[in-house]
Amino acid sequence: MNDIILAAASESDKLSIGESGVTAIFGYLVVFSGLALLMALIYIVGAVFIAKDKKAKAAAEAAKAAEPAKAEAPKAAQAKLAPGSAGHIKLYDVPDKEAAMVMAIVADKMQKPLNELHFISIKEVK
Amino acid sequence: MDILETLKTILMDSGFAGFFMEGGWKNLVMIAISCVLLYLGIVKKFEPLLLVGIAFGCLLVNVSNFYVDGASSADALYHPELWDAFLDAESPYYHSYGNIMANGGFLDILYIGVKTGLYPSLIFMGIGAMTDFGPLLSNPKSLLLGAAAQMGVFLAFFGAILLGFTGTEAASIGIIGGADGPTAIFLTGKLAPHLLGPIAVAAYSYMALIPMIQPPLMRALTTEKERQIKMEQSRQVSKTEKILFPIIVALFVILLLPSTAPLVGCLMLGNLWKECGVTERLSDTVQNALMNIVTVFLGISVGATMVASNFLKLQTLFIVGLGLAAFAFSTVGGLLVGKLMCKLSGGKINPLIGSAGVSAVPMAARVSQIEGQKANPSNFLLMHAMGPNVAGVIGSAIAAGFLLAVFG
Repeated sequence: MNDIILAAASESDKLSIGESGVTAIFGYLVVFSGLALLMALIYIVGAVFIAKDKKAKAAAEAAKAAEPAKAEAPKAAQAKLAPGSAGHIKLYDVPDKEAAMVMAIVADKMQKPLNELHFISIKEVK
Repeated sequence: MDILETLKTILMDSGFAGFFMEGGWKNLVMIAISCVLLYLGIVKKFEPLLLVGIAFGCLLVNVSNFYVDGASSADALYHPELWDAFLDAESPYYHSYGNIMANGGFLDILYIGVKTGLYPSLIFMGIGAMTDFGPLLSNPKSLLLGAAAQMGVFLAFFGAILLGFTGTEAASIGIIGGADGPTAIFLTGKLAPHLLGPIAVAAYSYMALIPMIQPPLMRALTTEKERQIKMEQSRQVSKTEKILFPIIVALFVILLLPSTAPLVGCLMLGNLWKECGVTERLSDTVQNALMNIVTVFLGISVGATMVASNFLKLQTLFIVGLGLAAFAFSTVGGLLVGKLMCKLSGGKINPLIGSAGVSAVPMAARVSQIEGQKANPSNFLLMHAMGPNVAGVIGSAIAAGFLLAVFG
């Protein structure tokens, strides 16, 4: 029965070389034009967000310029170091430079000054 | 009780006797093929998550089923004749899942998920939840590379017609060039289910072989100077853009080609769960638990279609050859448009990222990164290549939707 179905399908489904060539070219064009339109759409949405970002940035800068004195104060606060010590850290099979890099990455990811974090140990997992 | 008669009955009913029936040797060949596939999956690590399941499904179906005179063995796990009746418009069981449920074996019932397109769509949901479309959003031109890299789909389709395949078969073979396993299974399950075994095996094997297939073509089609190009860092994409993206793509692509709805819809739903930030549990489930469960069902039921009578044909060799050609032409298509974009941008785009348009996430992007770094050790193309790479997923889904609309 399998062969009968396949034979029947193949008879009704035979494409000439010309037809298949046209189908292939048309199909490629559909994929291309579909994705090109999608690209245009994404560019439009992106442009809206970029313009919005620029506006927000400009507004922030304008606010900063209007209040220079106020801006100085947080800067000073920012420069102030947090109290306390980072303590002593134990390193297991980790060179000093790599440990420093790991600590800096963790601090950056957590958005915390390094001197507010207390590392106990760093161990290389093998 | 006649012990001798009982022993004789057991022996005659056993699979060993099946090997001596007419065509029984074919089952032996298929068992050998499944062992080779198991070796490739386990030892060579060729897409092991799916290939091991496919190979074992193939082993099970050829050990349990000796298909003689159009009828399966009594204890068969998979019955090709039930699926023939399912597809035969003149059969009383045409499109009757009830017949499959009532008379099918364990693998017939699992195969319903392939036939309905359920498993590939659910896999796409998981892929969507695992994919970061940020690189594509920061550089939307990547979409053109994803489109260009579908060239192999249509050239292999044309080649298959030249080799005497029907339109539906040629469409299913061509989609191997999309380098996207679930899409290939989805389309073949709908258009040419009798070719599902060889097409799935070819698609997943070539995806695993991308690090070997692509680099020679990349080096042949680009100059050393082009490969050395360092690309500028793309802009940062906001969270809102990432949330809007799956909604826009689902709306636009499904309206354009409604036949892509199961694949694109699931891909984008998975991505929306990932990006929206309020459905972390669902995102985690589709990325891990659901993906694993569906992979189990998909692998074993695709393997079940590899019955000797369907697989051991000359056309299987043609499919393997056409699949390789499809992958190669897709890579070439991406690279050629990459070169064009390099020229038009005044040398700002490294053409190597074009080859990543062949879907196969993230393997193809990694190959671009490796080749770029070989030419210039300070080159980091991975994030730039991820754009065309994820664009290729959308591109292959659109190509499948087009072929389904034409031949479905």
